[in-house]
Amino acid sequence: MSAIAGDPRSATGAHPMIRTVLDSLGVPLVALAGLAAFWLFPDDLGLLTRIAATALYVLSLDLVLGYCGIATLGQAAMFGTGAYVAGIVAVNWINEPMLLLAVGGLAGGLVALATGALILHARGLTLLMLTVAVVQIVQEVVNKARDWTGGSDGLSGIDPAPVLGLFRFDLYGRTSYLFALAVLVAGLLVARRIVRSPFGLACRGVREDPLRIAALGGSPRRYLVTMYAVAGIFAGVAGALTAVSSGIVGLDSVSFSWSAEALVMLVLGGTGRLFGAVIGTVAFMGIHHILAATDPFHWMLFIGLFLMAVVLFLPGGIVSVFDGLIARLTPSSPRRSDGATR
Amino acid sequence: METLFGIAVDGVAYGMILFIISVGLSVTLGLMRVVNLAHGAFAMVGGYVASYAAQGLGLPYPAAIAVAVVLTVVATLPMEKLLYRRIYGSANELQQVLLTIGLTFVIVAGINYIFGPTLKRVPLPDMLVGVVELGPKAIPAHRAFVIAVGAAILLGLWWLLERTDFGIRLRAAVDDPAMAAALGIRTERLYAATFAIGTGLAALGGVLGAELLPLEPYYAIRYIVLFLAVVAVGGAGSIFGSAAAALALGIVDTAGKYLIPNFGEFFFYAALILILFRWPHGFFHGRAA
Repeated sequence: MSAIAGDPRSATGAHPMIRTVLDSLGVPLVALAGLAAFWLFPDDLGLLTRIAATALYVLSLDLVLGYCGIATLGQAAMFGTGAYVAGIVAVNWINEPMLLLAVGGLAGGLVALATGALILHARGLTLLMLTVAVVQIVQEVVNKARDWTGGSDGLSGIDPAPVLGLFRFDLYGRTSYLFALAVLVAGLLVARRIVRSPFGLACRGVREDPLRIAALGGSPRRYLVTMYAVAGIFAGVAGALTAVSSGIVGLDSVSFSWSAEALVMLVLGGTGRLFGAVIGTVAFMGIHHILAATDPFHWMLFIGLFLMAVVLFLPGGIVSVFDGLIARLTPSSPRRSDGATR
Repeated sequence: METLFGIAVDGVAYGMILFIISVGLSVTLGLMRVVNLAHGAFAMVGGYVASYAAQGLGLPYPAAIAVAVVLTVVATLPMEKLLYRRIYGSANELQQVLLTIGLTFVIVAGINYIFGPTLKRVPLPDMLVGVVELGPKAIPAHRAFVIAVGAAILLGLWWLLERTDFGIRLRAAVDDPAMAAALGIRTERLYAATFAIGTGLAALGGVLGAELLPLEPYYAIRYIVLFLAVVAVGGAGSIFGSAAAALALGIVDTAGKYLIPNFGEFFFYAALILILFRWPHGFFHGRAA
């Protein structure tokens, strides 16, 4: 139970230089695609805003799962806490968007630090259940604190001030979307910096072989808890971003199923690759949007078949399609059998 | 006193339902190392089939149960061959989670398509509607029946595992699959048989528990966390662990709902955290099934 998704990087045969170029192109590509979507789908900005915020949330899960190997179904605890804290602060005291993001990130990070320190000694199914228990308890607490959170009615009336005092939130959601996209791109840049840092490499080392890290003098658990807290900050910011851009926070933002959806989106896109999170989110929410318009059960049928097909035919997630293409385009590099080893 | 008695009866009955459904999941998880999130969907299928057999076809209760169990097993065995065999023992549990969540979604959509989104009931026979006198106290007959069936299954599984050739092979395969295969135990067949027993029990639990875990299309997603919790607390692969965990969690949950009703599931998950703290690998980890 301890071995988690193999590193897709090791199975790709792409030439190192080409990969470096592609990796550095990733963030500008996301920014460009985001801006293109702004021009192409001006009527769907609400959906696009939600996708951008969700991508940041799935990215936070990638940090713990893809880079540390922590399988968790509790990421919504941090997302929801960030959303609620930012929402409560906005309704009662201050409504400056940047500050709300900071407050949400802080709250998410604190929850992650507290719960991570408690539960990260467990592994496998036990850890999975502990994360579920945490998210359920947070949900009960939010539900009980009706005076602050609105309970099952949700929290509404969040009315953010103009971003940086310059850009007013408009009726069409243009500001919301560009704001969310900017936060997502910034998040990607920070995440890339983190996973390339010595700390990020140490985390990857813990995922591969915790014993060896301990033998080298590192503390595997401290790395895991730190990364869990860092990811909690990302999730909290994503929650705050959702609260600010949509104006409401519901109980479902801190639910088991929202955690599970993040996991599905991430594995769909590909773990251990920052852009896997973005691609998975776009694919999942895009399909959801197209199909859910008719009947929620139709959506479940198609997404179910889609998920099964991905596992059976694309074990590395959608990202592995690109890897396969790149490997095909670079004949000089040694190609390994893809998928069979995972 | 009255409350305490009610908690005991309802808690044990609820725990027995959890046990009947979860024990199959525990053994498949312990033996095949598959995180089978579709297990709850199998229980749901059993419940729906029984509901249709009883209400639509007018079959008597025992026949409806039998039809539900047999049909569920027949329907899921091809899945074992086509899907599960590919992910047994896979080091990549995320792929297992994804595949079985996908399967769950498909089953949920299928159940809704066939039976519609409304709540379904499995009508109880007259014998199970009344109460059973136990000295000065009386317990609802359905609860007594569930507790009796749960106890019978616990004993039956114990006999199957401890006293039969099949049980010896199964225990060997749980302890060390590679060694068991090397010794000539045909693990593939063993897996298929265990899978069939597991889904059969899930279907049975889905029918018997229809009063406590109501049948609706989202059943599969709503309750799978409960079943996984039982497995985590009991220790994967352990039958007595599953029974102990199911009873403990069932009683805690029922007590919480009786005494402090508006806290919902809080006590269930608080107990889960405390137990997993004390026994991170479950009650009976490391022993043979």
